[in-house]
Amino acid sequence: MRFLRAISILLTLAVIAAVGFLLIGWRSEIPPDNRAANAQYPPDLVAKGAQLAAVGNCIACHTEPGQEAFAGGLPVPTPFGTLYSTNITPDPETGIGRWSEAAFVRAMREGVDREGNHLYPAFPYDHFTWVTDEDNKALYAFLMTREPVKATAPANDLVFPLQFRPLLVGWNLLFLREGGMQPDTSQSEEWNRGRYLAEGLGHCGACHTPRNAFGAEDRNHHFGGGEAEGWQAYAINASSHSPVPWTVDSIAFYLRNGWHELHGVSRGPMAEVTGNLGLLPDSDIRAIATYVASVMGEPSPERKEKGERLTRSFGNGGANITTAALDENKASADLSGHPGAAIYGAACATCHESGRPQPYGGLNFSLSTAVNAPNPQNIVNVVMFGLPPGDGQPSAVMPAFGNTLNDQQVADLLGYLRARFSDQPAWTGLTDLVAKTRSGEYPVTVLASDGIERAPKNVGAKE
Amino acid sequence: MTITLNVNGQNHQVDAEPDTPLLYVLRDDLELNAAKYGCGLGQCGACTIMIDGRAALSCVTPLLVAEGREITTVEGLGTIENPGPIQQAFIEKQSAQCGYCIAGMMMSAAALLKHNPKPSDDDIRSALRTNLCRCGTHMRIMAAIKRASELMEQAAVPAATNRSAG
Amino acid sequence: MDTFNKAEITRRGLLAGTGALVVSFSVANALAQQPAQPPAAPAPAKPPALPGSLNTDRFLDSWIRIDADGKITVFTGKVELGQGIRTPLIQVAAEELNVEPGDIELITADTARTPDEGFTAGSQSMQNSGTAIRNAAAQVRELLIGQAATRWNLPADQLKAEKKTIVAPDGRSIGYGELVAGEFLHVEAQPQSRLKTPDQFSVIGRDLQRVDIPGKVTGGVAYIQDLRLDGMVHARVVRPPSYSATLKTLDASAIEAMPGVISVVRDGNFLAVVAEKEYQAIKAMRALEQAAEWDEPANLPDQAILPAELVAMEGDIGTVAESGAPAFPNGPTFEATFTRPYIMHGSIGPSCGIAIMKPDGTMDVWSHTQGVFPDREAIAQMLGLPEDKVRIIHVEGSGCYGHNGADDAAADAALIAAKVPGRPIRVQWMREQEHMWEPYGPGMVTKIKASVGPDGKIDNWAYDLWSNSHGTRPGDAGSLLAGRTKGNATPLKLPKLSINPNGNGDRNADPLYAIPNRRILWHFLPDMPLRVSALRGLGAQPNVFSIESTMDELAIAAKTDPVEFRLKHLTDNRAADVVKLAAEKFGWGKNEVPRGHGVGFAFARYKNHAAYLAIALELQVEQETGRVRVIRAVSAIDSGQAVNPDGIRNQTEGGILQSISWTLYEAVTFDRTRITSTDWSSYPIMRFASVPDTVEVHIIDRPGTPFLGTGEAAQGPTSAAVANAVRNAIGKRLFDLPLTRSRVKTAIGA
Repeated sequence: MRFLRAISILLTLAVIAAVGFLLIGWRSEIPPDNRAANAQYPPDLVAKGAQLAAVGNCIACHTEPGQEAFAGGLPVPTPFGTLYSTNITPDPETGIGRWSEAAFVRAMREGVDREGNHLYPAFPYDHFTWVTDEDNKALYAFLMTREPVKATAPANDLVFPLQFRPLLVGWNLLFLREGGMQPDTSQSEEWNRGRYLAEGLGHCGACHTPRNAFGAEDRNHHFGGGEAEGWQAYAINASSHSPVPWTVDSIAFYLRNGWHELHGVSRGPMAEVTGNLGLLPDSDIRAIATYVASVMGEPSPERKEKGERLTRSFGNGGANITTAALDENKASADLSGHPGAAIYGAACATCHESGRPQPYGGLNFSLSTAVNAPNPQNIVNVVMFGLPPGDGQPSAVMPAFGNTLNDQQVADLLGYLRARFSDQPAWTGLTDLVAKTRSGEYPVTVLASDGIERAPKNVGAKE
Repeated sequence: MTITLNVNGQNHQVDAEPDTPLLYVLRDDLELNAAKYGCGLGQCGACTIMIDGRAALSCVTPLLVAEGREITTVEGLGTIENPGPIQQAFIEKQSAQCGYCIAGMMMSAAALLKHNPKPSDDDIRSALRTNLCRCGTHMRIMAAIKRASELMEQAAVPAATNRSAG
Repeated sequence: MDTFNKAEITRRGLLAGTGALVVSFSVANALAQQPAQPPAAPAPAKPPALPGSLNTDRFLDSWIRIDADGKITVFTGKVELGQGIRTPLIQVAAEELNVEPGDIELITADTARTPDEGFTAGSQSMQNSGTAIRNAAAQVRELLIGQAATRWNLPADQLKAEKKTIVAPDGRSIGYGELVAGEFLHVEAQPQSRLKTPDQFSVIGRDLQRVDIPGKVTGGVAYIQDLRLDGMVHARVVRPPSYSATLKTLDASAIEAMPGVISVVRDGNFLAVVAEKEYQAIKAMRALEQAAEWDEPANLPDQAILPAELVAMEGDIGTVAESGAPAFPNGPTFEATFTRPYIMHGSIGPSCGIAIMKPDGTMDVWSHTQGVFPDREAIAQMLGLPEDKVRIIHVEGSGCYGHNGADDAAADAALIAAKVPGRPIRVQWMREQEHMWEPYGPGMVTKIKASVGPDGKIDNWAYDLWSNSHGTRPGDAGSLLAGRTKGNATPLKLPKLSINPNGNGDRNADPLYAIPNRRILWHFLPDMPLRVSALRGLGAQPNVFSIESTMDELAIAAKTDPVEFRLKHLTDNRAADVVKLAAEKFGWGKNEVPRGHGVGFAFARYKNHAAYLAIALELQVEQETGRVRVIRAVSAIDSGQAVNPDGIRNQTEGGILQSISWTLYEAVTFDRTRITSTDWSSYPIMRFASVPDTVEVHIIDRPGTPFLGTGEAAQGPTSAAVANAVRNAIGKRLFDLPLTRSRVKTAIGA
């Protein structure tokens, strides 16, 4: 009897909790607005929206490779299964053609669609919640003036019970901080603008911050490094691993151009970011750079000194070329017996020690963040898949070595690079990692380093 | 350094420095003409061969990693008296202008057809992403690869037979 | 020059008094064409013009040789560039000789063996060499028939030539080889030949498979890069980092000690290294590059303002064409400035040359140059050797599309061979060297002003173009890089303005259209801060791009369909035919153009006297990125008598794709000191991702008419059709090539 009573109390509580839970989380449908797609939007507003959409990089997630812009359908693998991005063209039936501005703002602020369904935070509304009304208005005008496309994304493929969207209410309770950005008055206007862009639409943390078991960003390690589409998004805080410390100038140049002579080229999803930022005015690029540089903070004296040494050697278009004989790091003679040494000398050095100016000559590995990073995935990706050529645009091109080198040879080569060009401890489990990358078990998105165009299809791993 | 190379099913003893790109070993030491020097940078695909059945760029493949692997060149696809299906298709479709890029195209095609016997146009374009043709023979090259796929299906013959061809 | 008749009669007379009938038949014809003269005319009569290149190489056996065993060899001064010229040349010879194509061996340009036909360039091979060979073959056939007739004492017109024999009505036959003796074919050709008529053709007009493809797809020795000569060694040149760099210091001792190195060559600013094995040479080259220090003046123009820089370099002004008096009093006129940057040949196989200085003091050179005779002249001058001590043999390279590094690689090899005699020296250019040192297609600026009269037709047309000469081909040592960089260098002789019907920078600057008042000027740019020379089409691509873009704008102003507008202005029926055919096959005006797509049309007659080509194409512009992709192209071409239709199709398809690449992607880049587009990453060309879905070439065959140069016909019209289609897609016109993504995106806006 008591047992039954306990159960019924628990059940009641559970039901109340669930009902209360759902009541908190429940969102109504916003009525469809049939004029939305056909309304007139001022060209200035649309142009502003285009710039903002470039910061948000909407096109990258909401476009399937080789398919029409913003029509959705891109598979986004997560630890919880695969999600498919939605069609955000102004198509009335399959896109957002019937969304009012209010519906759009709600989606950006709260992660809820027009009909009241919760959206998965793969759509980074936890960042977009910072976007001001004014900017949302411009974004809305931009999206509503895109080409409508009839396309429905495949159904999401998530582990049970995550198909049940109301569970996201709990996620939001724990991790969504609504409300706009509070400006930091101790910082400059430029810094605040940069913060607004980087943390809001730019959603840099969505890749560059590690995530917890719930898939939410770990705020204790803000900008401490994360991963996206099979690539490591490096730490861009004080634990940055780049041999030459980043500065406002170098970050701004890199964001603007997609490469920097002391850091290399942007690859993978970052190539799309830098490619899209081409639309932004210099002032905004500089603002983002100012903010990110401040998060990185001042480098330690040793890092600073090393950075200066490397800049003297390699700055100014590689005025002083390092060959295998004269070496910045460990004397290559010490490592000449390393199994990777011969591979490096024969396959890599001709480009990577050529002194050819960036971004077209291979980066000298003394400057490579990839070699210094704790997780070697990026350098594995680049060695295996190369950097495919851009479509009719000048862009860094690197051949793929995945078919030339077997797993052991790749591991040997990377072991050599690590030993020679960094002070960090050796990577472990390289052959395993290479094998998983090669087989596709660890999926990697491969993009040309001019970023924007994914035609015809991603290279990726072989099945 | 003397190493043993397996090329088109035959073993060869080659005396060359281990850092020599495979392209020069194939051309100069083994006198195989098909793989060509186009850039030496891995950007143009004129040097494409197969290593263990996958397309690889011989200009950036050092000799030392080629030991113990199965290397296939165009000469392994057939001979002038007895051309293989890919070669037949390229002759049938007259898929060449200057022809310099064609050997590389054929090897990329061979690797593609080995793993995807009935490729779509998109598949072909993707597989040949590294191969450049300056003369503009692209349309005929694609037509030849599709024809090769047909010929292979008819004969139920694999793309590369590893016949020793010199 | 009455040796013409004398020699003929004397030599023929040697043949036991035979053939006199034949000879007098032909001589009588010749004489009949000449004005009546007393037999011993004091002034030498001018020799009659002979067809094609026969005019400069008048003896039949310069072109055709028949051995006693019946083997037939045909000689041409033209070369195989990958345009497939070997096959149609064999076809015309086989046709007139009534043999199978397989019976003929074709020898291409070799200074020791073949006629001098200058350069294989300007799409003149069929017009010049094809015509010569065809006529020579026909005349040889007639001579053979005549010879057999004499032997059998039968009338010549009863005999037939077939399958390498002459047959009599009674079945007697005698092989060609048996008819030939001694200097039988060493006779000058006649101005007229008994050519077969189109209804008699069995070989001309057939799609013969190309003779070179089977070898190329099975790993045969096909290219100069495949040649292996006994004792051959490998050389690499170290070029300066920029055009006018001079060598400051060099300590080559370490390089000389490197494994396999035979010699380090230093002559003024010319640096090279020779080694036993190829990769040894490459490593030594890299080390030599590191060891050399150069002084580099910064004397390149500012690329950011290139058009202004070009216009400011203007020198002489020449009139290309004029008629009436163009005036623009009032009323609607279209005015625009178009620009084209420097663009590359971009040969897939970097240039290669092989040379050996033999013990007897003569030099043999193997090269993929377009002109073995002019290259020989230049190399001989560079080395201070008499021309007859230098032999240049053409061996096919990769497609050159004009004057690329081939002549220079030959000169490099020759210079090194002169210093390292006794062994064949093989020079292979590196990719970066080809990119940085090949002569480019010149950057050009064009300005146009045109108006449409009340009748809807163009009434006034004023066109100005700014361009370097498009020709710095060899002739002298200064045209060679080696000649300019070695000690006692010969400077480059800057070309002068010259206007002639073949065209240069002004090629196709004069529209074929009926325009009552026109004035076309070439503002000649004498200085060449970037190295330039002939690239496929020469001025045709930038000029036709400008003219055909303008035609579309004028059509819009006249509220007329672009195809209709062009037809209104074409008086040449053959031009109208290709325009109509291309439009019809494309479905011009029939289908609605989907949103985001555009259609464009263009026409030109190459050089205004070679092949006619019209092209319609449909492309897609991606609104968000500005990316342009051509979806389908439909062209129509009239090349006169089509000898090998598939060859015409192949070349035209290729020209279309290459021109799309030029138009959308290509520009040489440079800073104030150096060329910076040094490989395919910094100078992208079309890749498979952007190749169209379909390309069609429809040939209008004109049997019995002269061959018309075909290989370059597509470059100009394709460029313009792309520009017109982009204009159609986005509603705005772009005037500056290339039509890059960012330019298109900027025009589109948000």
